[in-house]
Amino acid sequence: MRPIVLQVEDLTIHFGGIQALEAVSFYVEENRIAGLIGPNGAGKTTVFNLLTGVYAPDRGDIYLDGRSLLGKKTYQRCQAGLARTFQNIRLFKDMTVEENVTAAMVAQYSYPLVSGLFRGKGYRRDEKDAAMRAEELLELTGLAGSGHLMARQLPYGQQRKLEIARALATRPQVLLLDEPAAGMNPAETSELKDMIRMIRDRLSISVLLIEHDMNVVMDLCEYIFVLDYGRIICRGQCQHVQNDPKVIEAYLGGEMNGVHA
Amino acid sequence: MALPDFKKRARVSLLALGLTGLVFLALHLLIARGIIDPFIRGILNVACINVLAAVSLNLITGLLGQLVLGHAGFMLVGAYTAALITKHSTLTLGLSLPLALLAGGLLSAAVGFLIALPALRLRGDYLAIVTLGFGEIIRVVANNLSFTGGPGGLSGIKSLTTRQNPAGLFDLIFPLTVFAIFFSYSFGTSRHGRAVRSIREDEIAAESSGINTTYYKLLTLTLAAFFAGIAGGLYAHQIGVIAPSRFDFNRSVEILMMVVLGGMGSITGAIISAAFLTALPEMLRGAGQLLSSVLPDVMTGFFNNFDQYRMLIYSVLLVLVMLFRPKGLLGRSEFRLTPLLKLAARPRKGGGA
Repeated sequence: MRPIVLQVEDLTIHFGGIQALEAVSFYVEENRIAGLIGPNGAGKTTVFNLLTGVYAPDRGDIYLDGRSLLGKKTYQRCQAGLARTFQNIRLFKDMTVEENVTAAMVAQYSYPLVSGLFRGKGYRRDEKDAAMRAEELLELTGLAGSGHLMARQLPYGQQRKLEIARALATRPQVLLLDEPAAGMNPAETSELKDMIRMIRDRLSISVLLIEHDMNVVMDLCEYIFVLDYGRIICRGQCQHVQNDPKVIEAYLGGEMNGVHA
Repeated sequence: MALPDFKKRARVSLLALGLTGLVFLALHLLIARGIIDPFIRGILNVACINVLAAVSLNLITGLLGQLVLGHAGFMLVGAYTAALITKHSTLTLGLSLPLALLAGGLLSAAVGFLIALPALRLRGDYLAIVTLGFGEIIRVVANNLSFTGGPGGLSGIKSLTTRQNPAGLFDLIFPLTVFAIFFSYSFGTSRHGRAVRSIREDEIAAESSGINTTYYKLLTLTLAAFFAGIAGGLYAHQIGVIAPSRFDFNRSVEILMMVVLGGMGSITGAIISAAFLTALPEMLRGAGQLLSSVLPDVMTGFFNNFDQYRMLIYSVLLVLVMLFRPKGLLGRSEFRLTPLLKLAARPRKGGGA
């Protein structure tokens, strides 16, 4: 077993009378693609929101690289190495594609306000570095040559890729992808799968994926956690999860047969 | 996508600085020689001050994307601070005024910071409501304190503009306004400005991209309040008499109008519309006098006071702009030297214009 980068222990939260998550524990190993699946309303996005600090849990803890993230704000968790994309794309629409990426690097550079005003040495060094890194990331995500476009001008599939490029710009250890294939056509989906694999291999990043498209999940994920009614009901590799009667009962049944064929 | 060419950018910036210097020199000479008469000079000075105020407001409405309805309140703080300091200072005005302006700016920035602290914990349009309240409160406070002179305000504020040196105050106003313009452009394109703009675009995504949104919101508001304070200080020394009523809600709306008409987020737009809206009442007055001299007596009264319909014209203008150009005159685009230089450098083709 590889070292664990992201570990979630006993995560519990309720909203009013609804127990959204009950003692959820899972982990992501280094340089692996893990999947979090479950029927609608199982609590997947709640898990993401707890990971990124939108909500505070009633109980439980989240460790990134052995350090607890509890009590840290969203931007601090991102700086600590936890980056995410959104289910409904959230880009900086009226900024250029390049700026979308370099905006996510703001915290990594330190030139002071005055240097920025007068284009001092620090500004020139950092901005050049940022532009170079942005170019690399755009190339990696297949957006090379679109840097000068406004983000809103990109077609849907490329906007999703730009979100990933922006997340990568924060130099994450773990990348959280919230339904990255939602709304994509089959060609775009298969491109996306290749891209996620390539990112993992080249940048040695761990990925945690929430996804409804079972083809994507079964193709990409090396380890899967199944969430139902706020509990982890099954964990394991694709084969194991696919054949687990509890999972099939929860929701996979018909769909899984399609994958088998 | 090419990497940034800093040398070329620096050359363009130097050229812009040189051109601005030439404009400054020309205006200075025209004023000093008396070719620009005191009346036009006054309009020019106030226009520059309004540009400064509009550009500072644009930092918040344009870059940060939040609405502020109490900008005149920050100007009031700067105006009273600067005026009180120069009134009681034993230094010569040439020395005390810059210091007083700085003090006014800093105090206004401190006030801006204190207001932003609770207001920014709220999402949405709360900043508009909080600043609206602040603008009213600070006006009422100035109305009731004795050292601010109550409703009568402060009068006899010393002026840098004298018979011997007609361009005195202009020589201070113009460079400060140019600096504010430079500042907001340069700030907007640095990493700090990029963070601020990303908050405007999507606060949740910005926060998730490692940007400390609270810090950058505080920073922007404090900076904008600083420049508004300086604008207020300059205004006090241009007019010579200040009263709380000069910094009421209407004044805040007037500055907001300048930003909205020009296009929220466009510095060029703010400059153009601030200058235009400052000159508008005077143009109306001129037009009114002209009309009342040619039209029958019955209508003379109406046209004699034509400039008082300024607020009416503002609202009509605003409605028209919102109908036909909802993003303002220029949207978010800016005037740039680089395309012009490219145009000039292109070899001419035969017969073309």
